Amino acid sequence: MSTIALHDEHNHDHADHGHHKETLISKYIFSMDHKMIAKQFLITGIIMAVIAMGLSILFRIQLAWPDKNFPFLETFLGKWAEGGRIKPDFYLALVTIHGTIMVFFVLTAGLSGTFSNLLIPLQVGARDMASPFLNMLSYWFFFLACVVMMSSFFIQTGPASGGWTVYPPLSVVAKAMPGSGLGMTLWLVSMVLFVASSLMGGINYVSTILNMRTKGMDLWKMPLTIWAFFLTAILGILSFPVLVAGVVLMVFDRSFGTSFYLSDIVIGTDILPNEGGSPILWQHLFWFLGHPEVYIVIMPALGISSEVISVNSRKPIFGYHAMVYSLIGITVLSFIVWGHHMFVTGMNPLLGGVFMITTLIIAVPSAVKTFNYLATLWRGNIRFTPAMLFAIGLVSFFISGGLTGIFLGNASLDINLHDTYFVVAHFHLVMGSAAIFGMLAGVYHWFPKMFGKMMNAKLGYLHFWLTFIAAYLVFFPLHFLGLDGVPRRYYAFTEFEFMKKWLTVNVFVTWAAIMAALAQVAFLFNFFYSIFKGKVSPQNPWEANTLEWTAPVEHLHGNWPGEIPTVYRWPYDYSKPGHDADFIPQTVPFSQTMSSNLPHDFEGNEEAEKIQQEWELANPVAENKG
Amino acid sequence: MSLRKFITNKTTAALAVLITAFANTSVFAQDAAAGAAAAPKVDMGEIYKSVIFYVLAFLAVCLFIAIIGKAIRVYELSREAQGKPVGINWNRIHASLFALFLVVGLYGVYWEYTVHGAMLLPDAASEHGKKIDKMFNLTLIITTIVFVVTHILLFGFSYIYKYSAKRKAYYYPHNNTIEKIWTIIPALVLTVLVLMGFLTWRSIFFKTEDPKNKPLQIEVTSEQFKWSIRYPGADGIVGAKNYKLTTATNPLGIDFKDLNSRDDEMADEMVIPVGKPVKLILTSKDVIHSFYMPHFRVQLNTVPGMRVFFEFTPTKTTAEMQQETNDPNFKYLFYCAKICGSGHYNMQKVVRVVSEAEYKTWIAEQKTYLNDDLRKQFNLPGAPAPVKSVADSAAKDSAAVKTNQMALNK
Repeated sequence: MSTIALHDEHNHDHADHGHHKETLISKYIFSMDHKMIAKQFLITGIIMAVIAMGLSILFRIQLAWPDKNFPFLETFLGKWAEGGRIKPDFYLALVTIHGTIMVFFVLTAGLSGTFSNLLIPLQVGARDMASPFLNMLSYWFFFLACVVMMSSFFIQTGPASGGWTVYPPLSVVAKAMPGSGLGMTLWLVSMVLFVASSLMGGINYVSTILNMRTKGMDLWKMPLTIWAFFLTAILGILSFPVLVAGVVLMVFDRSFGTSFYLSDIVIGTDILPNEGGSPILWQHLFWFLGHPEVYIVIMPALGISSEVISVNSRKPIFGYHAMVYSLIGITVLSFIVWGHHMFVTGMNPLLGGVFMITTLIIAVPSAVKTFNYLATLWRGNIRFTPAMLFAIGLVSFFISGGLTGIFLGNASLDINLHDTYFVVAHFHLVMGSAAIFGMLAGVYHWFPKMFGKMMNAKLGYLHFWLTFIAAYLVFFPLHFLGLDGVPRRYYAFTEFEFMKKWLTVNVFVTWAAIMAALAQVAFLFNFFYSIFKGKVSPQNPWEANTLEWTAPVEHLHGNWPGEIPTVYRWPYDYSKPGHDADFIPQTVPFSQTMSSNLPHDFEGNEEAEKIQQEWELANPVAENKG
Repeated sequence: MSLRKFITNKTTAALAVLITAFANTSVFAQDAAAGAAAAPKVDMGEIYKSVIFYVLAFLAVCLFIAIIGKAIRVYELSREAQGKPVGINWNRIHASLFALFLVVGLYGVYWEYTVHGAMLLPDAASEHGKKIDKMFNLTLIITTIVFVVTHILLFGFSYIYKYSAKRKAYYYPHNNTIEKIWTIIPALVLTVLVLMGFLTWRSIFFKTEDPKNKPLQIEVTSEQFKWSIRYPGADGIVGAKNYKLTTATNPLGIDFKDLNSRDDEMADEMVIPVGKPVKLILTSKDVIHSFYMPHFRVQLNTVPGMRVFFEFTPTKTTAEMQQETNDPNFKYLFYCAKICGSGHYNMQKVVRVVSEAEYKTWIAEQKTYLNDDLRKQFNLPGAPAPVKSVADSAAKDSAAVKTNQMALNK
């Protein structure tokens, strides 16, 4: 919706280098150019993020002041907030849609969709995606999914409200709650559209990376961003279909009277005819996607931060191979840990023990990644660009959220922490903060590549510090609510004597959340203002090595005007001793950097080593290089 | 030129707005001062509720930030015009801010641990809960150490290695030894945690039953939005249920054809004897709920169509806990922790842990689920001699025996 409004003003330029006549519609709406599709994903993702953030502020207001009336809420929400107080059913709808939008539409499509689309062709050296048409469809299915999801706010019974995990029977039996009526149907339709979009995208990313790399770009010369997107896409391709299978069964249960998830149910005194199904089946199917999904969310963020940290520390990322192997480790392990969401759901306790072991193993590659980030910063020459600030913030949140995960991954501790605010705090640190920070780091870093303009750095600084502080203020105290046994998704804390002591904390957290939300205004203003009025970007604003900065600032279909550049080296030759500049782009052959070549660079190519030796004999001064 | 334009337009506008704002607040102040004589306080509540107030406040803040931004720009431009080096070293500012954040943040964490950390659940009131607490404390110590050390490194490096044009970063792409070390150490620590967690988990869910100390069975059934508790009666066995038998008079669908069901008793609260194992049988009528009893470190979802079990042994009576927490109103509770609908936030029952003797007195007073209506419905013979509120368990036993005999005679 927004893309049309935003872009129609500046379609006058670009006409000179299009090799076929582009209309407004083919350029900005049904575009098949990966760079445009990336922008479409990003702007749709940002709009959805703002909506979901708004929803979170609404329910935070309810949590902080459960017995106050806010007349303006009635103005906006009508019967869902009669008398200015949000109703319990609508409260649950708010948390459900907030979660769904954030996890799927913002952090999956908005993050992977944007940066995979933008960076995969540009960083591996391809003219476009393997299938530009599929890519376009991928965006439009995503867009439809967003529209369908939002439309559920405009129906009589309201949006789905069984939590973003939509556990049956609550979500299946329409009598169980109003949101399980039409709203839930729309949720399921939206989810099917979304998964279709995600699959089309994923298949495209994988085939582009495997088949369309430029000359010299072997797998071990790919930037870590590409590795992350590649493995994320594989995760998505293997796990999302399982969700669709689950969703289809749920549609059957809801609309055609089957009993996959239902058995022995009595609503009031009304005995339902369903027999033989199991609600646990849904949980298995859902979390078989659901757990890889959280890695689908965090891995691109980790890839982006690897790149941003390396560029701005002016140092090669420490342990490139270890970084790749730990990503692979996370990818593989993430398929066998889903049961840790179900320790106390009545799953066989024997399975609980097994899932605990696999879950805690996954902490090892995550720890390796963290230490490697720290080692990259060590003795770096750190430039605090807004992107770098967000990447450092990501590492901090990833540590904090990762450590609380060790509590939850332990089945014994999970008994008392399951479904409490501790869980809320944990996943908001890793997904709601770390992954969002990864996304923002990506936006600040590649904005010049996307729009050919620079964002205002100072507004970026303000945005970072406000968001970073506010995010900790919001999510850190929530752990303690969980440790006191306060369950999540409670409409009000008023009915329990022991929860009343947390009311002041809730007020504090709500104010911090409002501060975080307002801080995003700095970002939104900066983002949209800079698209039109930002300073024109130089060719390589961050002095980075990767291939995308060799493409012209002005976008053109096919990315590079002449031949696609050839790649000679890995992407992390920063501050290499013996070279005058502190970066050597991937396109610079070793023959031009004789003074800085290391024996390791030639990968056992004897002829090259011989030439290098001869050169070093001829230029003994080079030995004294700094 | 643009600067001048800004000064003429925006600053004047800004000043105008600010002056108006100050004027208004001073008007309020005057009002308050004037009103102070007549009424002690002016009600600002309406103003704090109006959206326009907050919108204006936010716009004022934005304006303030814009002015600061412009001032910085002017400063930088003037430095540039004078040919001096760039005015503000942002790298140094961020580095210092990270260092400050580290110090303030660590203090904040300390404050949270001590202040909010003191508001948490009391020590576990069950046998297995103590193991969980021990496990928790160990994990907390390990994670806190890692948390503090990694953050000191992260923000410390950010502070020390800030950008300087004179320096070049150290080209250090990898070191396999270090990488092996920091793969193996976390792996070892996690192995310890996994082993301990696994053993604790097994000890909670795989118990060998001691024939001399058989657990007390209690069945808890959840529905939107309440709990029903069923005690086993004299036979010590909770009888069969079948959801198809659910009626208004038999809301749990208890199958009274099963002899074990006939003496099952209902209760408004869960009363359990201290030091005796309790085996919870958890079921649900409609949707999934979660039986959460945090003081005892007990939680298990109740799933329609499934019977799940949780065995635990309470170690502290309610009275002991009231003393320990210094709170005479302290109550053990169990409540719902799985989203189940609009009443999810208020689905609780009281748990009372009492001495064996108190328990015996209490249980004798409870009514059976089987009543005259249900007898008719199940074609059972009429009620035996009334056993109303006989505090003698022997009498109750005989009643139970009678019921059984009658059932046998049928």
